[in-house]
Amino acid sequence: MKIHEYQGKALLKEYGVPVPRSVVARTPEEAEAAAKELGTDVVVVKAQIHAGGRGKGGGVKLAKSPEEAKQVASEMLGMMLITHQTGPEGREVKTLLIEEGLPIDKEFYLGITLDRVTGRNTFMASSAGGMDIEKVAEETPELILKESIDPSVGLRPFQARKLAFGLGIPNDLVNQAAKFMLSLYDAYEKMDASLVEINPFLLTKDNRLIALDAKVNFDDNAMFRHKDYADLRDLDEEEPLEIEASKFDLNYIKLDGNIGCMVNGAGLAMATMDIIKLHGGEPANFLDVGGGASQERVEQAFRILLSDENVKAVLVNIFGGIVRTDMVANGVVAAAKNLGVSIPIIARLEGTNVEEGRRVLAESGIGIITAQGMTDAAEKAVAAANAQF
Amino acid sequence: MAVLVDKNTRLIVQGITGKEGTFHTLQMVDYGTNVVGGVTPGKGGTTHEGIPVFNTVADAVKETGANASVIYVPPAFAADAIMESADAGIALVVCITEGIPVADMIKAKEYLKGRNADIPVRNAEDADKNVRVPTRLIGPNCPGIISPGKCKIGIMPGHIHKEGRIGVVSRSGTLTYEAVGQLTALGLGQSTAIGIGGDPIIGTTHTDALKLFQADDETDAIIMIGEIGGTAEEDAAAYAKDNVIKPIVAFIAGQTAPPGRRMGHAGAIISGGKGTAEEKMKALSAAGIRVVQSPADIGQAITEVLGSKAAA
Repeated sequence: MKIHEYQGKALLKEYGVPVPRSVVARTPEEAEAAAKELGTDVVVVKAQIHAGGRGKGGGVKLAKSPEEAKQVASEMLGMMLITHQTGPEGREVKTLLIEEGLPIDKEFYLGITLDRVTGRNTFMASSAGGMDIEKVAEETPELILKESIDPSVGLRPFQARKLAFGLGIPNDLVNQAAKFMLSLYDAYEKMDASLVEINPFLLTKDNRLIALDAKVNFDDNAMFRHKDYADLRDLDEEEPLEIEASKFDLNYIKLDGNIGCMVNGAGLAMATMDIIKLHGGEPANFLDVGGGASQERVEQAFRILLSDENVKAVLVNIFGGIVRTDMVANGVVAAAKNLGVSIPIIARLEGTNVEEGRRVLAESGIGIITAQGMTDAAEKAVAAANAQF
Repeated sequence: MAVLVDKNTRLIVQGITGKEGTFHTLQMVDYGTNVVGGVTPGKGGTTHEGIPVFNTVADAVKETGANASVIYVPPAFAADAIMESADAGIALVVCITEGIPVADMIKAKEYLKGRNADIPVRNAEDADKNVRVPTRLIGPNCPGIISPGKCKIGIMPGHIHKEGRIGVVSRSGTLTYEAVGQLTALGLGQSTAIGIGGDPIIGTTHTDALKLFQADDETDAIIMIGEIGGTAEEDAAAYAKDNVIKPIVAFIAGQTAPPGRRMGHAGAIISGGKGTAEEKMKALSAAGIRVVQSPADIGQAITEVLGSKAAA
């Protein structure tokens, strides 16, 4: 789960990570009042959307007076902010963070995430702060310092000092930097985060170390330990169909094509998308109905697939293991009838009770196209989708 | 002799009295797996579906001589169940549970390091002697492991499998069934099929499985099914290049997956431009592995690599 910068900073502050003074604003008037309250010569107006690259897209601006803060806020609120992470349509700005201006001396990068190769968390630090860290990793990997964290003892002070010295932080500030890093790791661990990124990690001219930006992602699997974080979810940042699907525990991701896919199992669902593409079609979605694939789930899945108006044909690909394919077939037929499906449905069933499943489809009287094997299914789905134009 | 599990496997079920545990225990017993006991804290001393239940894994091992365990407990308790098994000296721990927090798995994986189990030597002359092996975890978030005709541990449908000489290793459940189904339809059986799981932290990796299959004299060829995310397939390719003589057919799911989105499995995500299907397929091909673009061609490709091997 992703959260906004202002939410991340509020959480980090609780763990003792220094962040700038700031106020959240949702109207130009609130922005003006916030600037007055902060009282610095300059305030920074920052658009709160989940995507990165906000600065380049015009989502971070300076204001030299409360009036200017109000003016900037009125321009920014309601705008569709486009960054390299939002897609071409951009994301509407609804919330702003008004932050005190700080005298910048140097900018660094700090990040903590899982290293899948070692199975441990890694603390990363770089002197190339404020830049796109993925670009730094690609072009100048030697500028990224890493410390692997032993889970039995956590991040050790000596490791934090190593990183601080490595960044070239002045000797008299190294302990302050190390304390910052230890607090950051403490927050990462206690929040069950999957990523914490401070970019830039700021050294001010008056020798303070501050998190100028904060990106915090949570491990979805651990949310049962953090029920209070549910309030931090911003549904405006999510695809409406994906929100709807999540209510039924369906794993759905909307894509741009026109062939709706309903599959059991994540790997098979991805493979189904791949084979559609291989045969010249475009999948409209990723959808894993899960191992259960009961009649109700199948029907809900169909409803969600069909609410995407780009969908011109639906490919059902079920490998029945524990779940019986005749049950799935009944679900498909019921869903098609109840929802009055008018576009072609191509069904490929395999596995337990497959003969009975195929008979159910054949005798349903609603013209479901049956397929043998994934190639046949993909070819028929692509042909059916193309014929709809 | 297949790998890891066979007729000598003595299995206990952690979470045997739960709904999932009960259902799959019966399925495994039906298949012929030797289920010697179950563990549910607080229900020790009772029997469930005719199988003795113990309070702790240590008790179960002491009473039954179990050498493998399978875990069907909820995500919040699963990492602890893995560690309990390792502590009790179980050699093979198969964790089916999906949705375990990453932080818990980091700890469990660390806990397994350096832990060993004593298992009997697997040949007739030394049957009374023990050998010390590292505790092995399969999964979590996986369908389990099956040596067709001998032993099934997990949730896969037994009847689609056939005894034979192809090893299968995969990160995905139903996609494994798809590959196995294709093999069986072509008359090709499997020595062992291992579902290693779709999480970012797993016990047994693709590389580990390749090592096992290369050393197994009842495996002739290997199917390796990967997916986007991480670099485990690249690591396996590098290992296979110098260490695996047997022919390998590979498929990578997620060639059309968008970056930054988690495709169902917690581990299936392209992040920071890393973990794409394209990179993985390139690394596998460069290692001399036969990579198929279509998931429908996995079985056919195996007949081809076996054919060319026979001709050579």
